[in-house]
Amino acid sequence: MTMSEQEIESGRDAAWRVELRNAMPAKERTAIPRAVMPQLPPDYRITCNEEVNQGLSQEQAVLEATRCLDCPTPTCVEGCPVGIDIPGFIKNVQRGQVERAAAVLKLTSALPAVCGRVCPQERQCESRCIYNKMKKAPVAIGYLERFAADTERMLSASRPRKAARPENNGIRVAVAGSGPAGLSFAGDMARRGFEVDVYEALHEIGGVLKYGIPEFRLPNAVVDAELDSLRALGVRFHKDTIIGKTLSYDDLLAAGFRGIFVASGAGLPRFMGIPGENLSGVSSSNEYLTRINLMGAGRPGHDTPVIEGRRVAVIGGGNTAMDSVRTARRMGAERAMIIYRRSEAEMPARVEEVEHAKEEGVEFITLSNPVEYIGDERGRVCKMIVQKMELSEPDESGRRSPVPIPGALEEIEVDQVIVSVGVSPNPLIPNSIDNLDVTRRGTIAVDENLQSSIPTIFAGGDIVRGGATVILAMGDGRHAAAAMAEKLENK
Amino acid sequence: MFRILEKEYFSERVVKLVVEAPEIARARRAGHFVIVRTGEGGERIPLTIADADTVRGTITLVVQAVGVSTNKICALEAGDEFTDLVGPLGRATDIGKRDGTVVCCGGGVGVAPLLPIIKAMKQAGNRVVSVIAARNKDLIILEDQVREWSDEVIVMTDDGSAGVKGLVTAGVESVIQREHVAEVVAIGPAIMMKFVALLTKKYEVPTVCSLNTIMVDGTGMCGACRVTVGGKTRFVCVDGPEFDAHQVDFDEMMLRMKAYDPVTSR
Repeated sequence: MTMSEQEIESGRDAAWRVELRNAMPAKERTAIPRAVMPQLPPDYRITCNEEVNQGLSQEQAVLEATRCLDCPTPTCVEGCPVGIDIPGFIKNVQRGQVERAAAVLKLTSALPAVCGRVCPQERQCESRCIYNKMKKAPVAIGYLERFAADTERMLSASRPRKAARPENNGIRVAVAGSGPAGLSFAGDMARRGFEVDVYEALHEIGGVLKYGIPEFRLPNAVVDAELDSLRALGVRFHKDTIIGKTLSYDDLLAAGFRGIFVASGAGLPRFMGIPGENLSGVSSSNEYLTRINLMGAGRPGHDTPVIEGRRVAVIGGGNTAMDSVRTARRMGAERAMIIYRRSEAEMPARVEEVEHAKEEGVEFITLSNPVEYIGDERGRVCKMIVQKMELSEPDESGRRSPVPIPGALEEIEVDQVIVSVGVSPNPLIPNSIDNLDVTRRGTIAVDENLQSSIPTIFAGGDIVRGGATVILAMGDGRHAAAAMAEKLENK
Repeated sequence: MFRILEKEYFSERVVKLVVEAPEIARARRAGHFVIVRTGEGGERIPLTIADADTVRGTITLVVQAVGVSTNKICALEAGDEFTDLVGPLGRATDIGKRDGTVVCCGGGVGVAPLLPIIKAMKQAGNRVVSVIAARNKDLIILEDQVREWSDEVIVMTDDGSAGVKGLVTAGVESVIQREHVAEVVAIGPAIMMKFVALLTKKYEVPTVCSLNTIMVDGTGMCGACRVTVGGKTRFVCVDGPEFDAHQVDFDEMMLRMKAYDPVTSR
């Protein structure tokens, strides 16, 4: 692929970048402390749904961008699943060209305002920052990504521009699912001139960004702005439509679609199969979060009910578990607990989410695994029994697995349990398209180009991975778009 | 989209709605359901499809006003639209020629989702005996349509105001005792299906029931609809809504259906 205009003008050899690099010695840059994200105070934020992180100020952002050494081989980029030109956007922030910074981001990421908020940067780009080798805190790449995307959004809202709509190539492609994978695919294909129709089963567009991730971590307004920019590129969205049910694969072919990208996401919540798990008051995190985030349960004017427990146990240690337990605090839980079978060091959740949860008064009960739920006379959960665990000696792979301590059982009083131990792929599409190869785990089988056993169908995100992150799903969307576009354009 | 073309009262609290939904009308089979939503703050409510007309592009829903959302649905008039309507969802009924009579029994509004199964079972060449039951004469619905597709219809009422006085189980048992019944299909309140299942288990007659549990998304994502079937947790929305009635833990299901009752929500 040839270099785009932005890539050239933001390249490392651009005169302005050389000048910025030479303007301050590395020693001075590395002496600047990492920016601290301004946050709402914990006692206030548990009373509302407002976004916890308030975003860097212009001054903070420029100073943080100054820390970046603009390395000749930026290892941070290797840590990014979609290969964002990280120094390229950061140096544009430093020189005050935030819109150019956002343009660099948009070359590789369909949803930078989302990724700046929900990516596990400490395990990706920031973990590879040169500052780590100097035993210093890495450049706050995620904060800067969010700053660039948010600032650009506000600027373009105040002076609307006509989106540069690419020339239509007349080829129709369909997307099943409007989550991160589907949106990223849709954006890339629309930019290449394809006619894109996105079908969503629910009544809101955005998938997990809407039903799953809470407002206090990712405001809906941020997602809606990203959707508007996709609409401006010509992407059409259809809610209340299930591919494989409302419209069959044959219906799509008959309608003239020449490629289909399946990004239907993670479906079935997993349960542990322990006694009492089907008592009233025990639900999946998907159910709990969907009731509140998508259906507005607990807010005036919304009919969907939700249990507002006083003693709430959330089972699991991932981001969804943190979202659930912090939501429970905001719904009035006096005691909101994380029950996790390993120790805190092994928790898959982002460090920031764990810290925020602790600030908000969430209790962490680790090395504990539920073995039974006990109900009252009305069949409602009132107690749980947990098995205390310890970590074994590391095995060959260096992993320490949790093993029960014989006889160490503990009772915890609860009136609500939220099970957040993962999901299995959504079976709707695999079950409804004949000859579509599915793996033993129920995910759609694809080749290295994300093409399925049916040549017109590509797939990505959780329906292929079985449960991953927003950024990996987006990476799949991008990857599938490139492969499908090449296939369709060369025909 | 999703405009209501006709509304008919079956009784004071039970209405029939004919709704414009051409794609769903074309795709649906007996046993499928849809999720509807009324108003921007509305709940997602599962409703089994009672009939469809592919020429007009409509589906028929029968709704009993029991809670906030079903009352809102029943208050809709011809010309109004559903805010959202999605489907067809669930697995279709397993229809085929059986080695003996098929007894289709329905209680209350359960007769509405039963009707397409009666029709399909008849069209598949079966002898169909339908048992339709309700508390009283006024709550018996769709009797004429059921008659059109059944070889015989037994009406049961709790108070004897129509047909035979007694419960649905008495009607089903009378058929099992007099002829070879290959399969029973039961749709109605959970308690009714539970007792039909207990009865047919005694006679070892295979029995299918259609469950209408609490759901949020209806597409396999939330797990609110889960029930224990044969000792395993199953999801009504994607694994059902029809299951082997002899394997369903109806007592657990009935407790779960009360999970959001106002008095118990805190």
